[in-house]
Formats: sequence, C-alpha cells, structure tokens
Amino acid sequence: MRPDLTTAAVPTALAVAAPILAATGLARTVPLAGGGRRTLFGGVDLAVRPGEVVAIVGESGVGKSTLLNVIAGLDSADAGEVRIGGRDIAAMGEPARAALRAAALGFVFQAFHVLPHLSLARNVALPCLLAGVPAAAALERAEAMLAQVGLAGRGADWPAVLSGGELQRVAIARALVNRPGLVLADEPTGNLDPETAARILDLLLGEARDRRAAVLIVTHSDMVAGAADHVLRLSAAGLVPA
Amino acid sequence: MQHRPRGLDATRWLLAGEWRAHPVRLGLAVLAIAVGVALGFAVHLVNSAALASFGRAVASVQGRADVAVRARSAAGLDEALYAKLARLPPVQAVSPVVEVPASWGRLARPGSESRGGRFTLIGIDPLRAMAVTPGLVGMAVTGQVGTRPSWRGDQIWMSPALMRSAGVGTGGVFTLTAAGRQAQFRVAGQLAGAGTEVQLAVIDIAEAQWRFGQLGRLQRLDLKLRDGAGARAAVAAALPADAMLATPEAEATRADALSRAYRVNLGMLALVALLTGGFLVWSAQALGAARRRPQFALLAVLGLPRAGLVRQLLIEGLALGVAGAALGVALGYGLAALVVARSGGDLGGGYFHGAQARLGFDAGAALLFGALGLATALAGSIGPALSAAQAAPAQALKGLGDVPDPARVPRAWPGAALLLAGAVAALGPPLWGLPLLGYAAMALLLAGGVALMPALARLLLAPLAQRGSSWLPLDLAVRRLWGVPQAAGLALSGIVASTALMVAMAVMVASFRHSVDDWLVAVLPSDLYLHLEGAEAGGIAPADQARLAAVPGLAHVRFQRVLPVRVDPARPAVALMAQGGAASVPIIARADGPAPAGSSRALISEPLAWLYGWRVGEVRTLVIGGAPRRLFVAGIWRDYARQWGAIIVPLADYRRFTGDASATEASFDLQPGADAGTVQSALQAALPAAVQGQAQFGRPGEMRQVALTIFDRSFAVTYALEAIAIIIGLIGVATSFSAQVLARLREFGMLRHVGVGRRPILVMLGLEGAGLGLIGALAGLSLGLVMALVLVRVVNPQSFHWTMDLALPWPLLAGLVAALVLCAGGTAIIAGRRALGGRALQAVRADW
Repeated sequence: MRPDLTTAAVPTALAVAAPILAATGLARTVPLAGGGRRTLFGGVDLAVRPGEVVAIVGESGVGKSTLLNVIAGLDSADAGEVRIGGRDIAAMGEPARAALRAAALGFVFQAFHVLPHLSLARNVALPCLLAGVPAAAALERAEAMLAQVGLAGRGADWPAVLSGGELQRVAIARALVNRPGLVLADEPTGNLDPETAARILDLLLGEARDRRAAVLIVTHSDMVAGAADHVLRLSAAGLVPA
Repeated sequence: MQHRPRGLDATRWLLAGEWRAHPVRLGLAVLAIAVGVALGFAVHLVNSAALASFGRAVASVQGRADVAVRARSAAGLDEALYAKLARLPPVQAVSPVVEVPASWGRLARPGSESRGGRFTLIGIDPLRAMAVTPGLVGMAVTGQVGTRPSWRGDQIWMSPALMRSAGVGTGGVFTLTAAGRQAQFRVAGQLAGAGTEVQLAVIDIAEAQWRFGQLGRLQRLDLKLRDGAGARAAVAAALPADAMLATPEAEATRADALSRAYRVNLGMLALVALLTGGFLVWSAQALGAARRRPQFALLAVLGLPRAGLVRQLLIEGLALGVAGAALGVALGYGLAALVVARSGGDLGGGYFHGAQARLGFDAGAALLFGALGLATALAGSIGPALSAAQAAPAQALKGLGDVPDPARVPRAWPGAALLLAGAVAALGPPLWGLPLLGYAAMALLLAGGVALMPALARLLLAPLAQRGSSWLPLDLAVRRLWGVPQAAGLALSGIVASTALMVAMAVMVASFRHSVDDWLVAVLPSDLYLHLEGAEAGGIAPADQARLAAVPGLAHVRFQRVLPVRVDPARPAVALMAQGGAASVPIIARADGPAPAGSSRALISEPLAWLYGWRVGEVRTLVIGGAPRRLFVAGIWRDYARQWGAIIVPLADYRRFTGDASATEASFDLQPGADAGTVQSALQAALPAAVQGQAQFGRPGEMRQVALTIFDRSFAVTYALEAIAIIIGLIGVATSFSAQVLARLREFGMLRHVGVGRRPILVMLGLEGAGLGLIGALAGLSLGLVMALVLVRVVNPQSFHWTMDLALPWPLLAGLVAALVLCAGGTAIIAGRRALGGRALQAVRADW
C-alpha cells in the first residue's frame, strides 16, 4: 500500500506535535584509500515538522549531501534510524522506499536535472506518474504547478530554451507537484546568480510553506541559511545549532 | 480508478523521448537485428522450398510405394528377385521397375546455349504398378487414375515438367538417350500423378529392358505390404547382397542429408550476422545507459524502483527487437523470393539439380526467427539494464558515478575463461553429424575475445601511456584509451566481432579455394577429357572405345566407368570409379603393404573414409556386380567433387566383377604437336550417334575455370553475409563513437576552456578512433585467425568430410585492417565535428 504522507492528509493538531522527519543517532563512515574508515558524521539527531524550513551548513566533505541521501533512502547509514511520517525507512524494501520518495518527498538539486527530451509539463508530471497518477491528470497538475512557479503556458516548451533560473523553477514545480510532506534541497541556488538565487529561494520556500511542506536544505549560502527557521551545522560530532 | 503499474506512462514518455532524440542510432540497432533475422529466415525459406520440391520429385519417381527394394548400383538386380519377393507372405503386391537416368537433346556445360535436359526414365508393368504405384501409370485418354491402362510398346508418358521443358505434347515424337542408346517414342499423354516439378517419363518395362540393355535386370521393386509387424524385416531378410530396402523415411533422410550440412552452415552464418546485431544492440544499449546514468538516477530519486528501471531498459530492448524482428521477417521473405527467382532453390550450392523451388511463407519459422531476433535484442539489453539499476543514484546525480577510475584494472579472467571454453569445444566431436560444438566454439571464442578487449586495450597501450607524448592530441588520446578501457571495449565489441567473423570466413574461403585449385591441377593431368552426362546406366561400348582410341593424335587413352553405388540407404550414393591405369588423384594417406590375396586394391576418397569409417590398410566388402567383393584400402585421396564419397577400383577388376565393359568417361593424352581442337572434333565424330548429345569434352584449363566459377558462385552467399557482417560492425563503430563523443561533451568543453583549440580536439578524436580501430582490427584479426582454424580444421571436415590446407589472403586482411582504422578514425572525427558545434562550451555549465 502506498503511504499517504502529503500535508493534506496530516491533521493540523498532529502536525504540530509529530515531525514529518525524525532521525536519531545517525552515523556514517567512508572507506579510506589505504584501508580503514573515516567518520563523516556521527550521532546525528534531527526532527523536522510540517511547514518548518531547516538549513544544514558545514564544510565541504563533511557529509551534508550524504546525510540528505541517507534521509531520502538513497544511501544507508552505519548506525541510527530515519523515520519519515513515522515509518522506519531502513525496515522498508527498495520498492517501498521508492514508493515513499514518489509520494512523500520532493527533491531540488543544484544542477536542476531537468530531462532534456521531455517537455516542461512532462518533466513536472514525472513524480505524479511514478506515484500512480494517470497521465492526463498528471499533466493537468503539472500545468497548474508550472503556472504557480511563473511558467504559465510554457508546458509544451523544451528545456533547451530555458535559462538556469527557469530550469530551477521547473525543478521546484516538479518537487512540489505531488504535494510532498518533505522537500529535500541540495544547494538549490548553487548554480544561480545572487538575484535569481534570491527569487528562486523565495519561490521554493513560499510554495512549500503554502503547502505546509517541511524543507530540509543543504547549503553553503548565508542567504539561504538566513531564510531558514533553523540552521544546523554538521560536523563529525553531529548536528549542532549554527 | 483504473489500476496500472506505477511509472508505466513515465516509461512510455521516456522511451518516446529517447527515440526522438536518437532515431538514427536506435534505427541502426533495429536494422542490425533485422538483417540477422532476414538472413536466417531467407536461408530457411529458400532451403525449405528447395527441399520440399526435391522431396516431391523423389516421391513422384518412387510412385509412393509402401517400401521399395533398390539395387545398390545402377547395374541393377537380377529380375528373378521379383518372383522371389512376390511369393513372400507379407508382400501383397510387387511392381518391378527399370529406372535409368536419361537425357534428351544436347546436354551442355553451364553457360553454353545447347538445349537438352536430364530426366528419369522408368519402365513399369502397368498392370502390376496399378496395385502398388498407380501414380506412375499413364492413362489412355484422360490420364485419370483408376482407368484400365492400355499401352503400346512405343508409347511414352511424360511428366508435365518434362513435356514443358522438352517442348513436346501428346501425340508428338520424343527422342531420348539412356544407357548409351538412343530411342524414339510417341508421347501418349501426361502423367497426372507426377506433380508439376519432376522431370520423369514412363514406358513399358519390357521396352525399357530391351531398348536400353537391361534384359533380365531391374533397378527397383516397389512393394505393397500387408499390415502387421515384421513385414519389412521379412522382406529385408530375403534380399540378396546387391539389393537394399529403401523405406520412404530413408529416402526422406537421404534427401535431407544431401544438403543438410550446407544448409546448416548457411543458417549458422545467418545466426552469426544476428549475433553481430546482438553485439550492436548491447553496445547501443550500454552506451545509452551510460549516457543516461543521471537520468536514471533522477528517476530513482523521484521514486522509480530498480525493477522499474530494468523494465524500462528491457522494454527498450523489446521495442528494438520487435521492430527488428518484424522488419527482418519482411526483408527475409523478400530476399528469399529474390534468391529463388535468380539462383534457384539451392543458393548456388548445386544440391537440387532439376528441382524447381516454390516459395511459401512459413509462419512457424517466421515466429522462430522473429523470436531469435527478439531474444538477441533482449540479451543485448539485459546487461546494461542490470548495470544501470545497480548504479548509486546519488553519485550519478552528482556526476560522479560515471567517472572512470584509471586505477581499476580491467578483469581478464572472464574473457580468458570463455576463450578456454571455446578451445575445449573446438576439440569436440560432431553432434548428430553436424559441427555444432565447432559453432559453439566459435561463439565462445567471439564472446571471449570481446570480453577480453578492455584488458587487451590496457595492455597494448600501457607502454605508450607510460612514455607519454609531447604532442597534446596524441597524449590525450592515448591516456583516454588507456584510462577508460571499458569504454574502449564497448566501442570495440562490434568491430572485433565483425572483423573476426569476416577474417575467419575470408581465410576459410581462401583456404578452400586454394586447396580446390591445387586439387584441380592434380586431378586433371591429361590434355583432354570426355564425360558422358546422365550415363550412369552405361555409355561407351567396347567397340566405340576402340574407335575412340584409334583417333589420330592420341598418345594415350584411359577409360573410366563411374556409377553410383548405395552403401547406406539413408545416405546419398557413393561414386564407384573403375579406372584403367594408375589413378591421378592427390593421395593424402597410403598403405604400405601389398593387397592381400583375393582382394582388389581400392583408393577411397576422404569423405568416404570419414562417413563410413574405412581406414587405410583395411580390407572392406562392397557389393559390386551382384556379389560382395573384398577391397583393400590402399590409400585415401583428397576429393572435393563428391561430398558423399567415392571409391576407385581397377577397371579390369570391375569388368571382371560385373561383365560391364562400357565406359562413361575418358581422358586423352595428346601426341606432341597434336592440335587439341582437331583431336576433339575427331573424337566427337568417332562417338556413336546415341551418346553424341550426352558427350561433354573439356580441357584442363577451361574445366578448372568452370570449377572455380562454380565455386565462387557457391560462395556468393557467404561473401554477401561477410559483407553484411562487416557493414554491421562499421555501423557499430560509428554509433559507438558518436554516442561516446556526445557523452564526453563536458570533457571537450573543459579542454576548450583551458585553451585547447577545436582542431586539436578533432585530431585527438581521430587518433582515438584510429587507435581503437587498430586495436580492434588487430584483435579481430587474431581472433578471426583462431576462428578460421576452427572453421578449416573442425567445421568443414565435420560438415563436408574433407580437409583443406590453410591459406592466408594477406593482401585482403591488410586491406581490411587499413579500412577499419581509416573508417574508425574518420567516424570519430565526423562525430566530433557534429558534437563540437558550440555545444561543448555550454556543456561545462550544464550537466546534460
């Protein structure tokens, strides 16, 4: 059965109390070239509630993206537990984790990752299809979502004609089209100039808050961190308030 | 809400996008599958048509008796056997048959314009035949079966095909030659039961025996048996040594055996083309999967499970396979129709003389070959699909997953293991009379060679990579090839596979042709040859032989009697060659001692030794002239003319055994200064009128030329298959390169940003392409030579039962290597020019 973790399905009273994301005691090591292992991070505890925006900062190589991947079920931790909507993702099989990502998580990447051979509408509709929404309804939703990110009537366009900022708008539309409970963003403004970056950040956070979606952002940018409700610094010892 | 698998629409969209973005590359992969399917299907259709036609012809001549007793040789059986068999309790009816090869008009060598033809002349007792083989009985008026026949001695009944080709109708006069004698008959009507293809005529048995020297002799007894077990065994037990039981099943097996190896070989060649297509699909899919790694990673992140990803790539392979199979079946049918119309049913192989093939659409075979195409496409897709599904999506999205690691040494053991397995399979015996293990060996060697490519590329380039070069394009090209041998392996798979196959085929054909040429020189030492076509039942009588020998200008004459002899009812007949004087054949094994007392010295051909297990120095028994004769195998000679075996015995012994003093062939040595043309005219004039139409004179030079022309025509199909294999290989190189160049746009963009010009990048690509082409061609050449050894030493002897000397066509092989290097380099540059049109600079900014 597909987990229903969209914000629409979460009663307001529960949303205040129950985090959409709860990570406890997460630890991750990586192998060293000469043998042995290096600790990326350990003892990471994290709780993100619906509507909250949490930024994670830290030096390059400390494992911010890896932490995001572990939370998304794309990578595994050496220790600890990740619960999304109360479900332990380590206990789920790969198909169930994939289904969870399709239905409950949205992703925004630094490099946009908009598929060049699909029209904008089809790019945005992809998560709907993967969540089992029929194609016609998915395209309808995608067109509406594109309009909300400022690309009304552009659904039939190809990605090749878009600027970097426009591509990231498409990526945001794709991340939010399924009304996910949690959006994971990895350096979402890293490839954009400061003005565009500010507009894109406003768009992402505004749209997410409108939908009471939680946002977990990994960033090096002070501007992005400054827009978050909570800023946490990741180090080998764990997450601490910045 | 309608329930459907998650992501099916996404898969459909992504597939449509991929096909829209790369129609040429995917189209070529479809074409590669289609070509393999088309060739296999066409070869099957043409051969089935020919075999069915041949089978119908055999059945018509047999008259569809329950079982027939056949003479082991054209000399026939004593007709007393008829009465003996008729008295056997299990025999319900017997029909005695005289069956002699005959001809009308003037038989000509291929290419000449004389008009004439061969047919089978059958003599029957119509009243007896009505009970056993009514199809052979011509009817007085309507030709319908069941009417009481009324025959006169000078009447002949002809099959529709014979009437058509001889241009005579009912009431006309037909002159024919058989057993060295000529006779005229009045055409009484058509043999309605003979079908439309067979060349056959029927006369009264007494006429046949009287007019064609068969008094007291029969070639066949057609039997109708009572029901009950053991009937056939009872008949078999009553047979003398010179007779054998020929069941309909054995006749069918014999017809099938006639061309089986040739058909299987052509079929295998078609499968080889399909295999090359499979490599191309694999290469296209693997490169496509590598290029789309970030796309797949994104889909995984967005919620497409691994199984969904595998499904997507398999659906792609399935789509390629379905399109290729459908196109291949259509092309195959068209090709078969074209081949049957142009070259007849035997693809130039010469196995089904006189049989007209009728092409039909074989739905079962279409499905089978289509399924093979589909399986090939799926097999080519499954590896890349599983590999793509195992990739870590997070790494791939960062652009890290596909970064090659030069420190990783490519594994050599899987390739080495496959090569070893191939070598072991090559040593195996034939299975069901076919070199199936030999073909398996070739497939294993091919797979092993391709699998070994990355390790080989690394090994060959290591010295260059270590030394480095001050010329940047060369340095970059070498380091790329050395550092990413897996990519080189992908690009090389098609080129290595097709080169190896082409080299193997070219070496085999060259070796065969060279050996045939040497053999022709050895077996044609005289100045002039005479051959009587269609004269198995007898030809030149002793008085005529004396007249020929007395022709002025002749230094020496040798007569020969050749007749077919059945050793095994399920196998085609063996040629018994009774020769005067020393045999002029290339001996490959010889017995040391003299022939034991009471035995005749015999030379056996290589195929006979293989098929019947006769060994040099043994004494074997063969029925000649109605009694078993002891033959001492004094030697084995190489023979490419008679695939089903031949035995040479001294002419004097043959005449003593049989009392048959006629000859069917002669060789003439001329006196010094004698003009061959004049002597030939004199010999022609000295021949009796009855056999003038059958006589074919030849001189060694022109006979050799004709033989080699026939050889080349027989191999025309294999040349075509070779060319197709190499074209598929080159297409593979082109598609691999264009895909790899597109996948490396960021690398080129970076190089241009750091100051490397467009031209050096193109030069680098050209050098990479040429380097890959060289490695591929050399590897393909080496692999091809090993596979040629398997073809020459295993597949050919096991298929056709003859051996040959290895001959290497070096100019052709060197030209092939040069062409591949140029083609690979040129393709890389062309792909690079297209890719570098401004997109490389942008590619540094965008990941896609």
